[in-house]
Amino acid sequence: MKQKTFLISGFIASLFLAGIVSFYASSNPDGLEKVAEDIGFIETAKDHKNSDGLFADYGVKGVENSRLSTGAAGVIGVIATGAISTGFFLLIRRKSGEKNKT
Amino acid sequence: MHIPDGFIDLPTSAAFAAIAAAGVAVSIRGSKSALDEKTAPLAGLTATFIFAVQMLNFPVAAGTSGHLLGAALAAVLIGPYAATLAITIVLILQALLFADGGLSALGLSIFNMSLLAVWFGYGVFLMIKKIMPKKKISISIAAAIAALLSVPAAAAGFVLQYAIGANATFSISAVFTAMIGTHFLIGIGEAVITFFAVGAVLASRSDLVYGYKNETAKLEIRTN
Repeated sequence: MKQKTFLISGFIASLFLAGIVSFYASSNPDGLEKVAEDIGFIETAKDHKNSDGLFADYGVKGVENSRLSTGAAGVIGVIATGAISTGFFLLIRRKSGEKNKT
Repeated sequence: MHIPDGFIDLPTSAAFAAIAAAGVAVSIRGSKSALDEKTAPLAGLTATFIFAVQMLNFPVAAGTSGHLLGAALAAVLIGPYAATLAITIVLILQALLFADGGLSALGLSIFNMSLLAVWFGYGVFLMIKKIMPKKKISISIAAAIAALLSVPAAAAGFVLQYAIGANATFSISAVFTAMIGTHFLIGIGEAVITFFAVGAVLASRSDLVYGYKNETAKLEIRTN
């Protein structure tokens, strides 16, 4: 498979998972949260400083339809992660002229 | 396993933030040899895919869910240094954009998931790979076992942090038992996803997979 085809397929798969499949994710507490509830230290948790943020808890503020809200937040997250991480890794990579220190 | 603010006191959180920062700095240096113009975009894609799959909580046991951590997956695909960076980017974006994981607890979470789970998972991967026949399927199996164990490893990191600086007084052994048990179950889901994700990349672009490269390439990388 060509590099470009491979990267685009992976990106589309990520968009699909975060944008569409995410709606069907379990909303039960995660492992740590459940343990904290069962044992009792959940009480010590504080609200997140960005809990009123635009995309807090993987939803878009003001969008009532939860399928749309979660999906849009997922798509935004995938694009943001893709752009920031790819940019960062390209920035710190070994440049083509640079010798691999052996 | 994104830790909210408040579970662990601020001095402990600050200490782990310092360790996390040092780990990230070392990883930036260490990842250079594994990242070239071909593998750097794969590293970006790995972070992106992990972000997406982390949204997909699957049910485990009664009333509990778990999602992919991605530490072993990333370590096998792009090497442990770049994996540390990929998971760290995901955790920072989740905390800043989506209010998932407390800001003051970010160093704690980075320590558990980007450092502990990645390096423990990578160590397990190398050990299993060594005793398996030199086949593609062995890479997927070794990655899956590494994934299974990397999740309780990250959970053990939390228990350590709880033991040092919890803002609660519940027994450490109770927290340990509950954390490891629950996260072993989540690790099974982690193993399944990792097995198939590594298999898919091996099937399409095995040349890009860090954990599958030939011995010479690995020697080059190790000595850096």
